[in-house]
Amino acid sequence: MIKNRANFSSRKYVVIAIFSVVVLVLLIKLFMIQVVDQSYKHSSDNNTLRYITQYPARGKVYDRNGRLMVYNEAIYDLMVIPRQVKNLDTLDFCSSLDITREFFQERMAKARRYSTFSPSVFLAQITKEEYGKIAENLHKYPGFYFQTRSVRNYPYPVAAHTLGNIGEVSKKDLEKDSYYKTGDYIGKSGVEYFYEKELRGDKGLKIIVVDVHNREKESFMDGQFDTLPVAGKDIYLGLDAELQLYGERLLKDKTGSIVAIEPSTGQILAMVSSPAYDPNELVGRVRGENYKKLLNDSLKPLVNRATSGIYPPGSTFKMINGLIVLQSGVVTPKSAFPCYGKESQPIRCTHSHNSPVALYEAIENSCNPYFWETFREMFASSRFSSSKEAYSYWYDMVVSFGLGSTFKTDIPSELAGNIPKSSYYEKLYRGSWNALTIRSLSIGQGEILVTPLQLANMAAAIGNEGFYYPPHLIKSFSDDTPIDSALTTKRIIDIKPKHFKDVKIGMCRVFEGEHGTARMSQIDSIQVAGKTGTAENPHGDDHSLFMGFAPADNPQIAIAVVVENAGFGSQWAAPIASLMIEKYLRGYIKNTNKEKRFLE
Amino acid sequence: MTTRNNIIGKIDWWLLAMYCALVVIGVSAIYAAAFNEAHPSLFDLSQHYGKQFLFAGVSVFLGLLILLIDAKFFNTFAYVIYGFSILLLLYVLVGGSTIAGSKSWIQFGGFSFQPSEFAKFGTALALAHYLGGVNTDFSKMKTQAIAYGLVLFPMMLVLMQGDAGSSLVFLVFILVFYREGMSGKILIIGFVAIVLFLLTLYFSKWYVLIGVAVVSVAIVFLIERTKKNILKLIAVFAVSAVFIFSVDFFFYDILKQHQRTRINIILGIEKDIYGVGYNLHQSKIAIGSGGFAGKGYLQGTMTKYNFVPEQHTDFIFCTIGEEFGFIGSFVLLSLYLALLIRIIFLAERQRSPFSRIYGYAIASIIFFHLMVNIGMTIGLLPVIGIPLPFLSYGGSSLLMFSLMFFVFLKQDANRMNIL
Repeated sequence: MIKNRANFSSRKYVVIAIFSVVVLVLLIKLFMIQVVDQSYKHSSDNNTLRYITQYPARGKVYDRNGRLMVYNEAIYDLMVIPRQVKNLDTLDFCSSLDITREFFQERMAKARRYSTFSPSVFLAQITKEEYGKIAENLHKYPGFYFQTRSVRNYPYPVAAHTLGNIGEVSKKDLEKDSYYKTGDYIGKSGVEYFYEKELRGDKGLKIIVVDVHNREKESFMDGQFDTLPVAGKDIYLGLDAELQLYGERLLKDKTGSIVAIEPSTGQILAMVSSPAYDPNELVGRVRGENYKKLLNDSLKPLVNRATSGIYPPGSTFKMINGLIVLQSGVVTPKSAFPCYGKESQPIRCTHSHNSPVALYEAIENSCNPYFWETFREMFASSRFSSSKEAYSYWYDMVVSFGLGSTFKTDIPSELAGNIPKSSYYEKLYRGSWNALTIRSLSIGQGEILVTPLQLANMAAAIGNEGFYYPPHLIKSFSDDTPIDSALTTKRIIDIKPKHFKDVKIGMCRVFEGEHGTARMSQIDSIQVAGKTGTAENPHGDDHSLFMGFAPADNPQIAIAVVVENAGFGSQWAAPIASLMIEKYLRGYIKNTNKEKRFLE
Repeated sequence: MTTRNNIIGKIDWWLLAMYCALVVIGVSAIYAAAFNEAHPSLFDLSQHYGKQFLFAGVSVFLGLLILLIDAKFFNTFAYVIYGFSILLLLYVLVGGSTIAGSKSWIQFGGFSFQPSEFAKFGTALALAHYLGGVNTDFSKMKTQAIAYGLVLFPMMLVLMQGDAGSSLVFLVFILVFYREGMSGKILIIGFVAIVLFLLTLYFSKWYVLIGVAVVSVAIVFLIERTKKNILKLIAVFAVSAVFIFSVDFFFYDILKQHQRTRINIILGIEKDIYGVGYNLHQSKIAIGSGGFAGKGYLQGTMTKYNFVPEQHTDFIFCTIGEEFGFIGSFVLLSLYLALLIRIIFLAERQRSPFSRIYGYAIASIIFFHLMVNIGMTIGLLPVIGIPLPFLSYGGSSLLMFSLMFFVFLKQDANRMNIL
């Protein structure tokens, strides 16, 4: 069996040496971490590590002039690690926290279900005063500790719909994004929701050695494994806090909304929805209760009427029709049409004025027959081979103003409104329809529905003479992160600027002409262009509408006002718009008599 | 033959005692790691420790069985067992189940089994049978090629399953080859290769290349400057350069992201205490917190509160480190080292080359598992999921190590019957 071969049996010493050296290296390393390196040590008295999330400061929100609108205030969450709860005097614990035994058991069960050895929020949002009371007795309750958190605070009690609020993350949020842990806060609506990623910042982590008596002893390994939180970005909105506040005061005790836009940027200057509520009501432990109250209010204060209230635009829509017929070449500003006042067919005129009327007077007097006649002329024009073709031309122009769809920017809860497609009428009238069938559209009634936001944007587009920037809330971030380029991209309307100029002349006469529907709302030394509207409302009294901009030749503010069930546009919407414009452009109201009836 | 009396008299009781000690330590450690207050009984089969206790019983039964069958069985059927293990590896590639990212499991009933464990045994047998053959001469190139092939083939199959950790184990057969006459230079080259590999990951490949160049130039001044030596040195440098670039390519283009991350964490290039680094971070805290004397059995808080994931399987050493401290670690490692040295000495006293080579093979496998497993729990080596022999939870691991162990024990007990 044994063959004559080189004998390598002495090589066993090399192999044994390799085994021994490797085991020795392992032992040396073990000696280093078990005996030499004291930082791993928390001796054998049952110390444990506690991982404390370091919450970053959520970004603040400022208005366009740097006025603080949202900031953070410290509160405390009482955390529990169920495994570490030992020998708890439940009665004493409950009485010092002022909670019932049932509540205690329910919260503990919930925490245990989540995890027995990871922390859960036991009691959220404890105020500074309550915190002081409990903190001194905390050593009696092992397994419980405090975590500092912050809640939002709003120095201006306004713009609740726009700013939105934060609340505990839902199950869905937890599944969608691993950044969140149970009990974390997340933006639920408005700016807080849309800019959540920017505002939240990055969490940090602190590892602390805790002894058996629930006392925090020291930072683990000198904080070698700790990470610092990174504060969220601050946001500057296009909103003007003072203007917003003024707007909310003007609409107090009314139902309706105001939207003001800076035409040269598309930034929202004010967005009022009334009835409103104080955003501070939806903060802290009172949030749930107040939310329920607001939800059940018959006036629906939680609905943002500025973006999701939809109304027939009424006479304000005549500007669009005027522009389209001019662009189609069927009429010129000189083309005049007769008006028979109340005898007019098929739509009567509600104002008394000269006849015939051309564009400027027609706008000044809000003459229904003029806009019906021009609408009819366009449909009858040899340019178009059918009603359907004419309608498609009209439709494309209308939607290029941003009507009939949402802007999809950072504005919350937008509704699209309604501009019917030709297919809608094809189906409704089985292919047999013409201008007469859809005549209500010529005066902004019928199926057309718009939101106040769309109406304000329409005013901005007319003020700009043919383009607009999609309306949005953000102005800039505190660092130099650029805002979404879609927000700063011009959208152009395919109508010649000269037609806009003609319509503008008419809109100025609404304020300046002797029959102008808003002549009572003129502002000393500021030229306003605008149009009132009285929208027929099948559910009750007419809505009072206004849209316009100022100064007429170089608009700095475009505005839309809707006051529900208030009657004529000239009575409510126009004066409110005029006050807003003066407040924004001048900073104060020169003739305070004008605001008296709103502010009392 | 009066097998029974013979066998009992000839068994190496020291070796068997060490084996039993390790298995007992293993079950106790798993009891501590997976302890569940609601099921305190060691025999509760719904718990990990209950199952492991059952596996330990099965292992001892299997061991008795092996001691009773004819010693020549494993030499005779070495290729059959090897072939069967290769078939299992091939089967896994087609019909295997994926657990923890590698498609390397076969499931039947409630148990899952890793054929790569079995392949180590098969390869050890086949290698011992081949190299121990009457006409085998390891100094021949052809013999060496076949021997390497026997190892590389299953290794490739395991690698194809996505289980890079288990495939690395096959590299340790280099120690067996060395004992059987492979040039010592290959061992040294292997060592240099590992060093260059690590350096290339730490630093840019260009720095390492410059370093190698500087060392080469230094060597030129130290050695006799004959033309032959210079040419040799240039060749070595060229091969090193190619190697460095291959490593760079291998690391960034072939390795998967999670493998790269694990290596980077070990090297301290990445720090990620919540992701992959979490296990390692927690494991080091658990072991480090044990201190010199440990916290006492069942007193380890890191262990009890499940701070270390996978603690009953690949990270079982944490429990020992935490509860028994440095003393416990020292005793355990000494026990392993004693076992390894005992196997080597016993292997050397075999008359049959088959038994000797087989002994070296299993010592090498146990050694590699020990080095990589403990190395990873204390942060010396990347987190590669291979079990600690005889200790880690898991039926297929304990059974296979027991099988390998008892086959050697039987060979040793039977050594006098050869000739």
